[in-house]
Order: sequence, then structure tokens, then C-alpha cells
Amino acid sequence: MTSPHVKTAEGIRRISIDPVTRLEGHGKIDIFLDADGNVAECFFQVPELRGFEKFCEGRPVEELPRITPRICGVCPEAHMMASAKACDAVYGVELPLTAKLLRELQYNIFYVTDHTTHFYALGAPDFVMGPQSDPALRNLIGVIGKVGVEIGGQVIKCRAWGHEAAGIFGGKPVNPANAIPGGMSKPLTAEERNRLDEICRFMVEFGKFTLKLFHDVVLSNKEYVELILNGPYRHETYSMGLVDDRNRVNFYDGKVRVVDPDGQELCKYAPSEYAQHIAERVEPWSYLKFPYLKNVGWKGFVDGKASGVYRATPQSRLNVADGMNSPLAQAAYEEYFETLAGDKSGKKPVHHTLAIHWARVIELLNAAEHALELVRHPEITHPEKYRAVCDKTPNEGVGIVEAPRGTLTHHYVTDEKGIVKKANLIVGTTNNHAAICMSIKQAAQGLIKKGVEVTEGVLNMVEMAFRAYDPCFGCATHSLPGQMPLIVRLRDVDGTILDVRRRD
Amino acid sequence: MGANGKLKVGMYWASSCGGCDISLLEIGPRLLDLIKVADVVFWPCAADFKYQDVAHYPDGYMHLCFYNGGIRNSEQEEVARLLRKKSQTLIAYGACAAEGGIPALANLKSRAEIYDVVYHTNPSLDNRDGVEPQPNVETPAGTLEIPTFYPGVLRLKDIVPVDYEIPGCPPQADRVWEAIQAVVTGAVPPRNAAVKVGCSGKTVCDDCALEKKLTKIKQFKRHHEFRPEPGWCLLEQGVLCMGPATRSGCGALCLKAGMRCEGCYGPPANAEDQGTSMVGALGALLDAQSEDRAQEMVAQIADPTGTFYRFSMSSSFMKAAQ
Amino acid sequence: MVDVATAREQPQATPTTWEPRIIGFLCYWCSYTGADSAGTARMKYPPNVDIIKVMCSGRIDPELITTAFANGADGVIVLGCHIGDCHYISGNHKTMVRMPLMRRILQDLGIEPERFRHEWVSAAEGEKFSKLVAEITEQVREIGPLNWPQLVYERGVGHGMDLKAWGE
Repeated sequence: MTSPHVKTAEGIRRISIDPVTRLEGHGKIDIFLDADGNVAECFFQVPELRGFEKFCEGRPVEELPRITPRICGVCPEAHMMASAKACDAVYGVELPLTAKLLRELQYNIFYVTDHTTHFYALGAPDFVMGPQSDPALRNLIGVIGKVGVEIGGQVIKCRAWGHEAAGIFGGKPVNPANAIPGGMSKPLTAEERNRLDEICRFMVEFGKFTLKLFHDVVLSNKEYVELILNGPYRHETYSMGLVDDRNRVNFYDGKVRVVDPDGQELCKYAPSEYAQHIAERVEPWSYLKFPYLKNVGWKGFVDGKASGVYRATPQSRLNVADGMNSPLAQAAYEEYFETLAGDKSGKKPVHHTLAIHWARVIELLNAAEHALELVRHPEITHPEKYRAVCDKTPNEGVGIVEAPRGTLTHHYVTDEKGIVKKANLIVGTTNNHAAICMSIKQAAQGLIKKGVEVTEGVLNMVEMAFRAYDPCFGCATHSLPGQMPLIVRLRDVDGTILDVRRRD
Repeated sequence: MGANGKLKVGMYWASSCGGCDISLLEIGPRLLDLIKVADVVFWPCAADFKYQDVAHYPDGYMHLCFYNGGIRNSEQEEVARLLRKKSQTLIAYGACAAEGGIPALANLKSRAEIYDVVYHTNPSLDNRDGVEPQPNVETPAGTLEIPTFYPGVLRLKDIVPVDYEIPGCPPQADRVWEAIQAVVTGAVPPRNAAVKVGCSGKTVCDDCALEKKLTKIKQFKRHHEFRPEPGWCLLEQGVLCMGPATRSGCGALCLKAGMRCEGCYGPPANAEDQGTSMVGALGALLDAQSEDRAQEMVAQIADPTGTFYRFSMSSSFMKAAQ
Repeated sequence: MVDVATAREQPQATPTTWEPRIIGFLCYWCSYTGADSAGTARMKYPPNVDIIKVMCSGRIDPELITTAFANGADGVIVLGCHIGDCHYISGNHKTMVRMPLMRRILQDLGIEPERFRHEWVSAAEGEKFSKLVAEITEQVREIGPLNWPQLVYERGVGHGMDLKAWGE
């Protein structure tokens, strides 16, 4: 681990944020200041590698929907679904309608849970409390203190019911284990369907409420709107996301569509074609790879139509689509584009990084509405058609879904017995690795300048550039007001303590 | 106790997926009870305390610290040692910290083999210069560091003395709550011995509600290739359920969803090695009268090592005898 | 008990002084009697196998095999009665299932197939026993000592990581 506030021989000061906090995964940020106190360079590094792509080799392919969810315990369902779809393709099996409905239903309910967790525990605090507010209160506890315990109870209920739904489908609330090649492991009973219907109805109301909260707290606040529109948080990059056959956002299935910074379609590809469009680079200072658009080419960590850097976020998904598949979310989509791009059709992409939070809330509502539609489908409880038996010789397959934080690709090659020979995984956040590096550097350069005192609050605003991308989970979602002890020490470059604030 | 009379609690994630951090929330409303008596002082996923903050805590500052994830790189080892110093009670939380977990399947491959696939041969790679991540990289601005990737995944108790272990991937909420209560009230057995809590002394078969007809296995089958009969033991039907060689405590939730137990609670009580436990159990379960038939059936098992040691490779006999 | 860290520091036995150390689990009723008969018939075979007598090969928990390797054995043999001849009727039925599985697992974990043998040896098969002992001794001599601590270390799961704690 790097020590913070190191003064090097050339007079360059290094500020380290280690580890990055309030998000999923491991990361660290190194900001290098020149003698004037301006940002000379800034790096975001991922210090972790586990090697799933290698140790999945030799495993029976049907085990991968149970192994790969351990890539991420926040969105295990995303990996489970992408993996199951890849297995479907490996076996060339056609899913019956009920199987598809069940998968999409489970996935949309999960989306509501995941987006709720990120928004309330990670996104909202920076806005509700303020980007430079007291870190002890800059979390869900503080948010609830400000907006009320009743709301906190609703957030807890949404998560709890969401996990209950996961358990109904797959046994365990974390890492449900029910997607198999050809469908699902069990059908839905009428009783389970009724309970899920109740859960979905609540989630729609909660989605509406969350959208309203976003309006009241963020969009009605001139400072925040200014920060979103004109703060150091904007990149004009390509956007990527799954769309259905009517070019509407779909988290579970469809084709991958990519549009350029002006909104023109670059490509729209089926899962099996992904390697024709995506390539991955390696840098020596990060374990995580850097995907980019192959046919545009890598020009470095830069914006623009000539640069192969792309983003795959809730914002990107809305950028590539022509609309949403549910009415309330569609209205929200139109308002979002009208406000940020001046054109409600969605043809002009939105590039303001902090607005990803808004796009996420729209998706939350969409997932709830779509889940409610699916749970009422007449075939959803069919006792037989929840799976098809696999009988073809296995071979190779690609499965793609939209993970909450980006397009997720699983590609497997097996032998004729279905034992994995090769696995290639491009995971949600990986798509955004280059863009995240750029965003952090942009924020650091915009916020830290000669004469600016680098406080904890300023550093938090640099971290905000990262947080917009990654729906993570929050700890305090089940807790109501309690004090978090905090000691803030302000140190000079050589370590002298200038000030101490305590709350314990 | 801290200045306000509350316990100081920490949670760290090493080579983990975040599922254990989520699972701690699944104790639901009981978390409110916990919050009344405890304050979080380190939890990177959810609170803004940084490594430098923890380093400046006095030794033993944290009453209770949960460490989830296996130890895959040098940073995770450093933090393990740091947290051991700063904690009175250190708990290995979840399958990865206790047994290595799924990332420990990588122990079957060398670091070179892993790097080869991840950075050189995967179909979407564009890495003609053969770049690999390096612990130290010089840039004009300064030296960048990332941790060293170790040759294998270690358990927490391989690095520091551990007080308790809570198994599971992730541990189930009811068991976690029982374990927390037991530790906080001092009701559990002696410390510094990696005692397992939050589980019972039996196997998953005891938790499982499926009917055991006590028939022998006629053929091993893969779940997606046939329709199992509902309500009947999956192992007896030929699906390679790890129930007999897995510690109980989870409530056999996967079985309720119609899926085989994959062994995430680790080896049974009194056994260190989950693989030999399963091999031992299978010995008596096959319907084979001749050696040829036995060998034929065993050949149907596609991946014994990866199936039996799915969560516990670091606890296997590959470790030196303890 | 083998301590990995210390064992690695000790110099390895040179080829001229090292002898393969093989552990044999033999069932009392057939195999042990067979081995005994090899002795009374004064058959010549290498002394490298240390015999552990068990009542039945079905009693052999696979963990005994791995423990033997982990504690210094360069090879392990498991011998039992022929199928149909088990004194306890079906004890060796369990063995015939377990041993092929162990062979595959041992191989996956880096132990060469020559180091592990499973055979049926009856009370009258003293010659079979002595031939087996000679065979495995030579094969293991050829591939060398197992060097368990080194194997474990190379797999990255041995002890010996030495880094200072952060902040010191």
C-alpha cells in the first residue's frame, strides 16, 4: 500500500486515496502534484486479480453459472444469467417461453434491489448531504437523518423483499443458484407468484418514489445541477448497451448496440460477434484490462469519435436506446434527455458523468415496471416448461446481459463432453476502466489546483467521479441512525498534524 | 469499550467478491441491535476509513474484526497482519477466508498459466507487446505500485492466528447472528484456535428435506441432461451433491431450489480435507458389483478435484500437515 | 509432522544416499498374509515398503493416503482382497470406488501416477506382492523423492511469505 502525502525528491507531492471506499471492488488513486500544486498526473489502479478465466478451465460447463457469480457478490445474478445464456449457446438449446420469462423476471427484480442499494447508500449521500459534508454523516445514516426514518424503512424493505425474491427463485438470498443450461431448476408455484406480484407492486411504487426524491433533492438544487452540467465530470465517448428488437433498453437479452459521441450507430452485434468489436489492452500499472472498440482503435485515454474508449453504464444504455419498455420509465427517459441534451427523443447522447445517477434511477423504475408485467404473464407458472433438457453435443457459446454496471460478456469453449477448455469474461466495470481513469484524472485536475487546500472533502469529490460508474452495495442500508465515530486529521506534506476533528 | 461505551467493529474484504459484506446485512433488523452496541470503524465497501486511519489506531482498538476473502496478494497479507494487531478478536468470515473459497481453484494452476490466459491468449486481447502488470512501474510523475500476485491463495489462519471462523459462501444470516452473539457474550470456546462457529457438527444431509430412499447410485448424471424426480435425494439420483462431505448450518437452501449442494460450508467437522471426505463417502454409495463397473462409474465424474474442493482447495492436503 | 518452512531449509538428500520411502496399507486377511508368505518363501524384494496392517482395505480413509504423502512418503500402495473374497463381504467394494478417484485427485494436485498403486493381493500371491514392491521402488527411485514441502511451496500454499506489516 502506498503511504499518502509523500514528498519526492523533485518536489512532486503525491496524494494517495487508498483504498477507494463506498463502492464494490478494490481500487486506489494516486494524484501527483507539481511544485505549483497543480495536478501533473493522476492514476487509478486496480490492485486485484483472481484469474477466473483460467481456473474455469477443466470445469464442467454447467457448473459455471454457479462458479462465476463468485466474481461479484453484489450482482451474482448478472453472472449467473450471462453464464447460463452462454451455456444455452454451448448446448444449442432453445429455451421454452416460461424459462425465458422466469429468467427475465428474476433478473429485473434483482435490478431493482441492486440499483436501490447503490443509489441510497452510495449515490444519494453525496447529494443529499453534500459532496464535502462531514464524512461521518455522508452515508445512508446521514441521509435518513435528513430525509426521515420512514424513508429508511422503505429502502430496507425494498432490499429485504428483493432478497426474499432471490431466495424464492434460487434458495439463497445471496448467490441464488437456479439458472441451468436450458432454463431454470424449478417452476414457480401460484403461491410464490402471488408473493412476487406483491413484491413487484411495492417496487413500482418505490421506483416512483425514488425518482421523485431525485427530483426534489438533486434536480431542484441549483448547485447540484451546476455540478452535474458544468463540473469537471464530462466525457464525450462512445456508449454501449443491450437493446431489444425495437431498440429499447433490455437488461436480460438482445443485441449490443454502440453509438458514437454524437449518437450515430457504430455497430449492433449479436453476442457471438463480440470479439469482432471489442479488444482489450494491458497496462503494467493495473491488474484490470482496458477494453476498447477495435474498429475505432486505441488512441489513449482520450475523448472523442476517433478514440476507441467507450462507456457501458446506465447512462450509456439510455444513450444507445430509442426508448424504454415500460410507460413511466419512458416518460422519465424523455424528461432526462430533454433536460440534459435538449432533445427528448434520446437521439443526442448525454455525456455528463454525474447524471449516471439519474439514469440509474430511471432504470430502477423500469425494472420494477417490467418485472410486474412479467410476473403477470399467463405462462409464468407453467409446471413443465421452466426448462428444456440439453441433448446436443456441446461446443462453444457466448452469453451477454447488462450487469447493473455495464455490458457483461461470457464466452466459453468446451470439448465434446462439455468440459471447459477456454473461458473469456469481459465484466461490467471492466468496460469502463479507461473511462474511469479519465474521469478521476479530470476531476482531480478540475478540483485540485494551485492555491486550493486539499481537504478530505475535495478528495471525496475526486472519488465521486468513480462512484457514479459503479453501483455497489452499501453497508448501512439496514441500519437506522447510529453514530459512526470519526477522527479527521489534517496533515501537512511532512506529516505534521494541523488540525484534528473528532466524533466518537 | 470505546469512549462512548460501544464496541468497535471492522470488516475487511481480501480476495473476495463482496458477497460476505452483503451477507452481513442479511441479519436484517438484528443489525439494528448490533448498531446499538457497536460502531463501525473500518469497512472499505461502506465507510470512508482508509488504511492510514487503521494504522494509526492503537493496538487492540477493534473489539471485533471480520476478515473475508482469501489472501491472494501482498496487500491482503499486509492488511491481515495489520488487522490482527489492531483487533482483539479476529474472525475469518466466509469460505474464502476459512478454506480458500472458489478463488482457490486457481491453486491448481500456476501464476504463469493464469497470466498467460488473462494477459496473452484470450481471444479479445490486444497485447502484442506482451505487457504484464508489474508491482512497480516508473512514470515521469513517480513510481506506481500494485501488490504482488502470490503463487496461490492462502487462508487467513495461514498468515495470522485467527480466533474464530464462520464458514459459508456466504454464511447464512441466522448462523451469523448466532455467531456474533456467541462471540460478543463470550459464550464460545477458547480463542486463537480458529474455532468454527455459525455451523453445526453434522453434514448438509441432516439439514436437507429431500427423501432419502437409501438406494445406491446407479449412474452419475449431469443435471441439465435429465429431469430429476422432485422430492428425492439428488445424490441417490446420480447428481453429484456434496451434502455428505459438507458442514451443516445453511439449512440446505440450494436443495430447496432443486440444485445440488456445492459444498460451500467446507469440510465436515473433524475433517480438514473436503475432497478425501467425499471420496470416502462415495465409496459406500455406488451400485457396483465389479471393479470394471466401479471404474466405469467413477469415469463418469467429470471433474472430481474441482467439484470436491470447489470451496476448500486451500484446506486440502496440499497444505503441509498441520 | 512436517514443518514446511524448516523442511525447505534442510539440504535435500543426495541421490546416492536417498532411498524411496513407501508406505503400504495392507489388509490383514489377504494382502498381509500374502506379503508374509513372500517372506517365509524367502523371495527377494527391496526393503523400501513400510507396511501398515489394517483389518480391511475398506477401512482405509483416503485421508490416510494423503497424510502419508504429506508426512514424508515418496510412494503409497493400498492392497486388499480380490473382489468377492473380502472377509467382511463388501469392504473392498468401497476401496474399488475410492482408489480410482484418489488416483485422479492425486494427479491433479501434482503427485505423479507412479507414486500410487492399488492392487488386489491374495494370501497366496506372495510373488505378486514382491514383484509389486520391486516395481514401485524402482519407478519411484527413478522419478526421485516427492519433496512434499517443495511441492506445496511451488503451489503457493506453503508458509514462508515474509512481508513487513504496513505502517511499520
